[in-house]
Amino acid sequence: MISLIVNKRRVDLDVDPSTPLLWVLRDNLGLNGTKYGCGMAQCGACTVHVDGQAVRSCVAPVSRAAGREITTIEGLSPDLSHPLQRAWIEVDVPQCGYCQSGQIMSAAVLLKEKPKPTDEDIDQALTGNICRCGTYPRIRRAVHRAAELAAEGGRP
Amino acid sequence: MTVIVNHSEMGQGVFTALPMILAEELDADWTKVRFEPAPVDPVYNHPVFGMQMTGGSTSTWSSFDQFRKAGAAARAMLVAAAAQRWKVDPAACRTENGTVVHAPSNRRLSYGQLAEEAARLTPPSPVALKDPKDFKLIGRPVKRLDTPEKTNGKGVFGIDVTGPGMLTAVVARSPVFGGRVKSVDAERAKAVPGVRKVVQVPSGVAVVADGFWPARRGREALRIEWDEGPMADFSTARQRQQYAEQARQPGLVARKEGDPLSALGSAAKKVEAVYEVPYLSHAMMEPLNCAVDLRADGCEIWTGTQFQTMDRATAAEVAGLKPEQVQIHTTLLGGGFGRRATPTSDFVREAVHVAKAAGAPVKVIWTREDDMHGGYYRPAYYHALAGGVDASGNLLAWSHRIVGQSILAGTPFEQAMVKNGIDDTAVEGASDLPYAIPNLSVEYHPMKVGVPVLWWRSVGHSHTAFATECFLDELAAAGGKDPFELRRALLAKAPRHKGVLELAAEKAGWGKPLPAGRARGIAVHASFESYTAQVAEVSVDGAGKVRVHRVVCAIDCGRYVNPGIIEAQTQGGAIFGLTAALYGELTFDQGRVQQSNFHDYPMLRINETPDIEVHIVQNDEKSGGVGEPGVPCTAPAVVNAIFAATGKRVRRLPIRMSEAG
Ligand code: FES
Ligand code: FES
Repeated sequence: MISLIVNKRRVDLDVDPSTPLLWVLRDNLGLNGTKYGCGMAQCGACTVHVDGQAVRSCVAPVSRAAGREITTIEGLSPDLSHPLQRAWIEVDVPQCGYCQSGQIMSAAVLLKEKPKPTDEDIDQALTGNICRCGTYPRIRRAVHRAAELAAEGGRP
Repeated sequence: MTVIVNHSEMGQGVFTALPMILAEELDADWTKVRFEPAPVDPVYNHPVFGMQMTGGSTSTWSSFDQFRKAGAAARAMLVAAAAQRWKVDPAACRTENGTVVHAPSNRRLSYGQLAEEAARLTPPSPVALKDPKDFKLIGRPVKRLDTPEKTNGKGVFGIDVTGPGMLTAVVARSPVFGGRVKSVDAERAKAVPGVRKVVQVPSGVAVVADGFWPARRGREALRIEWDEGPMADFSTARQRQQYAEQARQPGLVARKEGDPLSALGSAAKKVEAVYEVPYLSHAMMEPLNCAVDLRADGCEIWTGTQFQTMDRATAAEVAGLKPEQVQIHTTLLGGGFGRRATPTSDFVREAVHVAKAAGAPVKVIWTREDDMHGGYYRPAYYHALAGGVDASGNLLAWSHRIVGQSILAGTPFEQAMVKNGIDDTAVEGASDLPYAIPNLSVEYHPMKVGVPVLWWRSVGHSHTAFATECFLDELAAAGGKDPFELRRALLAKAPRHKGVLELAAEKAGWGKPLPAGRARGIAVHASFESYTAQVAEVSVDGAGKVRVHRVVCAIDCGRYVNPGIIEAQTQGGAIFGLTAALYGELTFDQGRVQQSNFHDYPMLRINETPDIEVHIVQNDEKSGGVGEPGVPCTAPAVVNAIFAATGKRVRRLPIRMSEAG
């Protein structure tokens, strides 16, 4: 048995401890917002937070997340109210949308650490997240916008 | 109000653009408009291609009239229903924001209140359409309707589909195209906890399990002996040699004007060059997948596909059912770029085979490696060019030979679309070169190779624009002309080409000084009935690392629906083009593709992304495509900028400064 705290809920699971966290989230917990893109920490589609850090869940065995706080895109806000989500909608960032959970989760950690990020900070924090559709210019704009929204309205 | 959209949403914004067109004529309340993907049915066929599909940058323009008329007809019926109820003249009623208003009596009814009655009326014919100057939605950067579900993880892609009892499968496929299973030892695979079944299908061996991870672990434990077939010794090195030899022979004539051979002979200066591009993977962010629930009397399929009609026919054939017994639920597509439109329906066909053999509902997931090794690539091409200028630098002759696989050969489209052996998708963008050159020839050598190939975002234009726009730059240099001015002069009779060329040059500050080490390159190209030009600003450091600082894009796609989406698509297209220019390459050795994932088939990342400006031409010309036209100009603009910065010519993609001459 492995116990995880996922989006503030405790879950107990009977899984092979070497299973990557990504597949436990998707196949065992039905949290499909976290995506598979490469399976080797190259694309960032699977990014979640483990104890507040951005983690590539495709290469993190679930055993390593035991007892820790995991946040997925589904847990970022219940109602699209997170400044990043509001900014993403305002700037119309997604195209196909497949990479966007990972982009937002990586950006969320950045904003927590650097509430007023520069372009360089954004580049650095998001360089691990591929977007094949090429939404990068709008991602940059939206992260800056989210920083403003957060400054006006309280969190992230 | 829900608009059923007959094109697949793969990022191009069709779930927004098409509802906008309908809502415009309907005078709907935009805040209440929703979308839904269409089921497979002939009524949802592509108005031009006659089958249900998404591709060729056609969705918005091809549906424009249809959606307008549908919206206008529904509006007229709602007005008629209200007039009947109020017993007034319909002409005395108007519509706004989802309501019918009768001003003289100050009465109003919402469309919802009238829908049932209106639906019983006969649609008017012909219908009166709005005067475009009264458009409130069309032409504005309306926000996409699908953004919320793409920012909270709720959007359902094919890979997310689940259902009662649905298992997950991964398939071991031949490491060489055309190979077959000789023998399988599945004992160890079956022993992996969570693995339910191991079944053989025509494409290989499927491991069916409770989830992806056990399926993948099971596959690793398979021992398969392959009969690798005739492609077992195929290599890129040998192919390049063969193509080079072939290019020495005359090919099929795609276009001929004047007498290029003798004009070349009499030119003051003659230039010859070879341009080459490799096989490319579409590398959609969401790898291929397909979920199938097959029963004796029907089959349900969930997948992100661009090719519903063909997929349904294929699934029916494999399942032994009638097409009407197969239902396809089109999910969101995590990128398409052409890969999800296969004439063979490869990923759907295989999934139905797996479901049939497994006797259970199954979702087949391709790993990134599977996807990259799965074929249906943009073909490799070899371009041999020769050109000549007179003593004052005027272009006299142009000869262009293209060697490479035909995408359409062997597909059901061959008969209709390959003319005299010439596959237009191999020569498009070259055979319709817009420049006024008195002596010109374009020839094609279709090559038969056992590598499955396919349309890849911008199809033929993805390589012809590179060859033609870079070579034109070479001729400009040979004749001592400015690359922009030469193009401008040669495009005097091609006003839309010239328009975007001038727009991009002006916005980029063509000819104005740049910081030391930086230089500009320009390219112009028409594709999918749209016209684009790009100016790239580039520097190359001492180690040969190319840095693209800025790309200015101009696009003329005629009358347009949503400039916000056009901006995004054009930026995305340029980024797609940059990835191909800087990194994209699949190579073969011993029949095997040597790249497998993003570590050796890299994608452009945010820190390498230049500023990309998009300028849209406003006019009333016929609408053209938007999804693909952003791609072709990027590689040549960058390569031409590299020449301007360093004096070196790159003639093979991806760009390697060590090879530049
Ligand atoms: S799926 Fe984890 S980084 Fe790509
Ligand atoms: S939006 Fe399609 S991969 Fe990023």
